[in-house]
Amino acid sequence: MAATTETDTPAVATRGMSLPRIQTRHVVMVLYLVFMLLPIYWLVKMSFQTNREILGGFTLWPQNPTLNNYRVILTDPSWYMGYVNSIIYVVMNTVLSLAVALPAAYAFSRYKFIGDKHLFFWLLTNRMAPPAVFALPFFQLYSSVGLFDTHIAVALAHTLFNVPLAVWILEGFMRGVPKEIDETAYIDGYSFPRFFVKIFMPLIASGIGVAAFFCFMFSWVELLLSRTLTAVNAQPIASIMTRTVSASGLDWGVLCAAGVLTIIPGALVIYFVRNYIAKGFALGRV
Amino acid sequence: MDKVQNNRAWFLVLPVLVLVAFSAVIPLMTVVNYSLQDTFGNNVFFWEGLGWFEDVLTSSRVHAAFGRQLAFSAIILAIQIPLGIAIALCMPKRGVWASVCLVLMALPLLIPWNVVGTIWQILGRTDIGLLGYALEGLGITWNYARNPVHAWITVVVMDVWHWTSLVALLAYAGLQSIPQAYYQAAKIDQASRWKVFRYIELPKMQGVLLIAILLRFMDSFMIYTEPFVVTGGGPGSSTSFLSIDLVKTALGQFDLGPAAAFSIMYFLVILLVSWVFYTVMTNLDKAEGR
Repeated sequence: MAATTETDTPAVATRGMSLPRIQTRHVVMVLYLVFMLLPIYWLVKMSFQTNREILGGFTLWPQNPTLNNYRVILTDPSWYMGYVNSIIYVVMNTVLSLAVALPAAYAFSRYKFIGDKHLFFWLLTNRMAPPAVFALPFFQLYSSVGLFDTHIAVALAHTLFNVPLAVWILEGFMRGVPKEIDETAYIDGYSFPRFFVKIFMPLIASGIGVAAFFCFMFSWVELLLSRTLTAVNAQPIASIMTRTVSASGLDWGVLCAAGVLTIIPGALVIYFVRNYIAKGFALGRV
Repeated sequence: MDKVQNNRAWFLVLPVLVLVAFSAVIPLMTVVNYSLQDTFGNNVFFWEGLGWFEDVLTSSRVHAAFGRQLAFSAIILAIQIPLGIAIALCMPKRGVWASVCLVLMALPLLIPWNVVGTIWQILGRTDIGLLGYALEGLGITWNYARNPVHAWITVVVMDVWHWTSLVALLAYAGLQSIPQAYYQAAKIDQASRWKVFRYIELPKMQGVLLIAILLRFMDSFMIYTEPFVVTGGGPGSSTSFLSIDLVKTALGQFDLGPAAAFSIMYFLVILLVSWVFYTVMTNLDKAEGR
């Protein structure tokens, strides 16, 4: 990096005990983190303000912090049912994706079989497929089988990108487990299902956790498909939020509070997955 | 690891195959159907042949959307890749601060995309948003809802905010895998900081950077939610990228034929990039001797 100072050789990283000096890299890092956090701060700030205060004048922090916006959301079914709906289909999707992906990932990591490479590639293309291409056919497919506006429809639609994701991530973790373990277990008389559940799954527990987290996350953040496939009964929070944007007399405070509440699931687990985030986004290949 | 040839492994893959076939192949065949037929409603269809494809290929609207999309993806890559590398180099190597940086940087990645849109929609407003207010204070008349240039800047800055951390985290993972011995050797040779970067760090990051470029290209190429929430594709159609334009055609106007033909060509581009991605990934796996 040209921006870093000449004295800043990488050996500095091992320096440990000596006093920290102010360096260009620290300044860059701090500026970047401020850039990351400022928009989020603004959302949180507005969620603690009344609409009148927001529109009344520009302030850098809430003058009279209020929890009223959160109360509106948590007491009005048309708001909080959005979260319930989202959580229902996200959990369904995560369970479904993992259930089918686990055996498949094992097959890919342990065996060669006819068409394995093609299948693996085909899964990847589905992960990369633009939801916009699938929105209309999904709408017609699920309408024709009577699943429109149900949670299972969204959960199934999201398997389009989550199953490939789970297979790729799990396969990456499973390759790290030495094959001798499988063989020893078989010699000891374990049947495949028993071996898989009792011995193999605990070994890749962190992998399953990471895969589950990313299935949850990608289903949680998706808007286009979940909005297209639902109307009232299974409407996700994301869709409720965009709907209120177009309404006149919008209550910014409530909208921001709704946004803050959607960030919470990610923020809660982020510490535990911090070392796996790159891995998850790169389909287990880092 | 050498794998055993065993075709019974297909039984383990079968559930995935059935499920993904249901959610990918059936819809895709519907799209192929529509792309080759025309309808006047009531589910009566006429063979249209490749007419829709010709229409789409010569449509100036599609050309414009495609051009905007390419421009957007190019700008995104040109900003995010160098910035991501720079941030990765500035990150602490280990310790508490490394964790703090990782957690704070990853935060935008986990925010629902429509909330990302909402955040920047608010931030860019001159009455209640920090960014819009600050720019107004600097004497710039800021209006992303009316001015196409402002709309573009808002969408690009939003995407930089949203996704640069991904590039940085990938590059950081690449940097972490470089053994200390390399740096010590460089120090003995009195290599400059630039040379260390150019001849040690960059080659070692090559694999992860390729993945980063491909991921960012793919995701920016199918971006929908964020610009849709911020600008709705406007002003006019200045920020209508491919997905937004496609959804407008398919679900807004119900022009099924053109939308389907459009979808298929869109998908072919994705297929091509996926293939490059796959090749890179498998080569990388081989290089690591897995």
